[in-house]
Amino acid sequence: MENWSLFSLCVLLGLTSRWAVSFHSYSGAGKPPMFGDYEAQRHWQEVTYNLPVHEWYFNTTNNDLNYWGLDYPPLTAYHSLVCAYVAKLLNPEWVELHASRGYESHSHKLFMRATVLFTDILIYIPAVLLYCFYFCDGSSKQKVATALCILLYPGLILIDYGHFQYNSVSLGLALWGILGLGLGWDLFGSLAFTLALNYKQMELYHSLPFFCYLLGKCIKQGLIGRGFFQLAKISLTVLVTFALCWMPFLSDPKQPLQVLHRLFPFGRGLFEDKVANTWCSLNVLIKIKTLLSRETQLFLSFALTLLFILPSSLKLLSKPNLWQFKLALVNSSLAFFLFSFQVHEKSILLAAFMLPLLVKDGLLLPYVVTSLAFLFLSLYLLSALERSTEEELRLGLYRKLTRHWLPKLNLSRIIKWKFWFSLVAMAALSFTSVWLEPPAKFPDLFPVLVSILSFLHFLGFIIYFNLVQLMEPQRKKSQKKTN
Amino acid sequence: TVMAAPMTNDQSWFYALALGVSFLKCLLINAYHSTDFEVHRNWLALTHSLPVSQWYYEATSEWTLDYPPLFAWFEYGLSHIACFFDKEMLVVPNLNYASPATVLFQRLSVIVADVVFFYAVKECCKCLREDKGKDLLGKPSFILTVLLLWNFGLLIVDRILGDLAINKHFEGAFLFSVLLNLKHIYLYIAPAYGIYLLRCFCFTQSNADGSLQWRSFSVVRLVILGTIVLSTFAVSFGPFIALGQLPQVLSRLFPFKRGLCHAYWAPNIWALYNIADKAFSILGVKFRLLDINKLPKASMTGGLVQEFQHSVLPSVSPLATLVCTLLSILPALFKIWHRPNGARGFLRCLVICALGSFMFGWHVHEKAIMMAILPLSLLAVDSRKDAGIFLMLSVTSHYSLFPLLFTTQELPIKIFLMLLFTIFSLASLKTLFRKGGALLNPLEVTYLLGLIPLELICEFVYPLTVWQKTFPFLPLMLTSVYCALGVTYAFIRLYISLLTCSDTTKKTKMQ
Repeated sequence: MENWSLFSLCVLLGLTSRWAVSFHSYSGAGKPPMFGDYEAQRHWQEVTYNLPVHEWYFNTTNNDLNYWGLDYPPLTAYHSLVCAYVAKLLNPEWVELHASRGYESHSHKLFMRATVLFTDILIYIPAVLLYCFYFCDGSSKQKVATALCILLYPGLILIDYGHFQYNSVSLGLALWGILGLGLGWDLFGSLAFTLALNYKQMELYHSLPFFCYLLGKCIKQGLIGRGFFQLAKISLTVLVTFALCWMPFLSDPKQPLQVLHRLFPFGRGLFEDKVANTWCSLNVLIKIKTLLSRETQLFLSFALTLLFILPSSLKLLSKPNLWQFKLALVNSSLAFFLFSFQVHEKSILLAAFMLPLLVKDGLLLPYVVTSLAFLFLSLYLLSALERSTEEELRLGLYRKLTRHWLPKLNLSRIIKWKFWFSLVAMAALSFTSVWLEPPAKFPDLFPVLVSILSFLHFLGFIIYFNLVQLMEPQRKKSQKKTN
Repeated sequence: TVMAAPMTNDQSWFYALALGVSFLKCLLINAYHSTDFEVHRNWLALTHSLPVSQWYYEATSEWTLDYPPLFAWFEYGLSHIACFFDKEMLVVPNLNYASPATVLFQRLSVIVADVVFFYAVKECCKCLREDKGKDLLGKPSFILTVLLLWNFGLLIVDRILGDLAINKHFEGAFLFSVLLNLKHIYLYIAPAYGIYLLRCFCFTQSNADGSLQWRSFSVVRLVILGTIVLSTFAVSFGPFIALGQLPQVLSRLFPFKRGLCHAYWAPNIWALYNIADKAFSILGVKFRLLDINKLPKASMTGGLVQEFQHSVLPSVSPLATLVCTLLSILPALFKIWHRPNGARGFLRCLVICALGSFMFGWHVHEKAIMMAILPLSLLAVDSRKDAGIFLMLSVTSHYSLFPLLFTTQELPIKIFLMLLFTIFSLASLKTLFRKGGALLNPLEVTYLLGLIPLELICEFVYPLTVWQKTFPFLPLMLTSVYCALGVTYAFIRLYISLLTCSDTTKKTKMQ
């Protein structure tokens, strides 16, 4: 079958599943007084439309920051403003100042879902298609298979179309950034990534690899001469983009400070709720949240984050090629997720580990279906299990190390068994979380178990990926790249 | 992380596809129309709570029992399982009762039905001989499966065809009688099947050139066939005949009191007839050939009403439609009587019978077009011409189903799914018939492309104009008429291909 038809089928399948998920409930549906993320997005439309710019991030009589105050960078605010204009055209009641709090109706839900679909089609999906087209090895069928897997990724679908957020914008922009860098258009890539950063500060997780890659590339080109010019151009692009995005806030020095204060709420403590990162899991054993002072917590998280991202970043700096870049992205985001301050579980966007959140939103059915579908699909299309021979895992060196201690172990078999075991554990945990009642002494038992299980997985992943990136055994040009 | 591997597993693609469809259905389960559930709940309730003599008289709910008795017995059996889920749903006055247990039961039954469907499709695919070495997406059975699975269509026709291919005629006949007693819509294709059985089965041999050998008539076989069919009908209708309720049952099954057309005109001949009538009446008034006061009230401003009175052209009665239908399918029946062409010829005749009944029938529902499309898809993977006709018919008929899903929420879904299906059938059939030029001629392509502006006008532009208030039915009428043109065209082409196809002695893949 021709390429265009396969790709369009892919896209259509992705779009259909997205819209099908959107039929279901959203975050905070019918739950006054605070509702959920859906209400937050609607509220931001209300605030940005009705209030002048200098009041958006401040606590005023018209803008109560305790009720879903803006806590994303300016680009989100501008996006909400545009949506608000459209909303006003359709039904002014949706963005009435104060009066529209907690507004819920069928047509409003359609409108909100449509905005997500629109930005998805505009930004995220083209990026994915281009990425698969240009940067995937293999026949066109394999490219399409990869595209399908990415487009059907349950985490993003469930968060964006179920729970309700606009992650596809920031992720899409970041993907455009990666595309730009991969194609050698450094300026375009930096521009796209800066926009992504200005949309959600979560993208800071990816910023270090971008920085190291570009810096490394410039150094390679020689710091005196071409490299320097390149560096200057990139810096200029980034600064100008930042300036343009923040322009309305630069008139008064108090403004940017307040915005930053909203973006990085250090006052809120090490973590909230149940997150699958180190601090939350550690808290089960040692109550670090109460034991250590806030300053110590900040310092500890900073130090550990730095510790875990430094090796990968330095390696990238020394060898700025695309493969290293991609690995560094993974490592950096994992490190930030595991060790940084005030991490939200959405930062990981992995569906299977977000059961508690999704069940709360009444999204159990879509979660089960999309996760199963995704799992099945990736198993089938990507033959993940067949590929887990040692070569593919690039663990040759690792094997040599462990041979001393664990002889006679077939590493690939272990990995396969581990995979199935994890799957069973996840399934069992999902099942029990939904159907069983936790014992009275530990009311949070199941979410905590889910977090800890996920945390252990992530820890394993970060170690694995770091090893892969750092050890980089001899490989020929024709070998496959990772995602 | 890892590379994509080529899809070489033989059996697993079927399961992947089946699971994919099921997943999508699960996601869309929220969108299922409550009326379907209510219909089934009502039927479960009345078969369970009322005595048999009341089944076809019960009219508390608007969804009266209008399927043949065997289906009623089936619902009765099902209601015993439903007991365990929620007894309240089986109380007849509980209109629109929808407790969580009820909904769960309904959804489970849908899923089970799907499983049966998948099995049927799988069996059907076994009939097709595969060429080794063709890549997966080009394999006819893959295409067929996708076309069938993604056709929100009917089941057991495949099973019958499966039986046919393996020459299990008795089972086929039995199944068909059962089918007929489950859903009388299969009456559309009963003539084809009947004639075919008579011709191929009761006459055990044909001459060398395929014509009839009268002497080979086997009375035994005819008697056995007759017994099977009659006994099935007896089991199904028996109690009602004994109670003397046959006229009532028939009147429920074939509600001729309802108008010539559904509230939304199915895209058949009568849609074109209606529009011609309207056009003539408007022109007649304009040119003062007709007196506006003499015309029936509804014809000028009323839209798609059920009791449609024709003003200029003669009104159509149920008998007229029956005659037209029979006339339309007679040549095809005669053709397979004269020169049956094995399974391929039978299929073609089947399609024509279904289409003919759709085109000329009384109060046809647009879903009935699916009856013709399923067998046609079997033909499409085997022959170029049929593939072209299939594309025309399937795209047109899918589009004609759009007005059934009219909420804004379903708009993206129906567009995406339709595009999905169209692109897939187009691309895969193109790949299958790579050699030999285009599948569709320019006229057909233009017609199909014309669906896009039609959709834009009907769904997006028209509601924003002033006419939405005064002539709200216009988009429906436009859709109906436009699709009717396509369906008529396909019908004519199919007929031509049936009547002109030479008797082939070459081996067909179906046999």
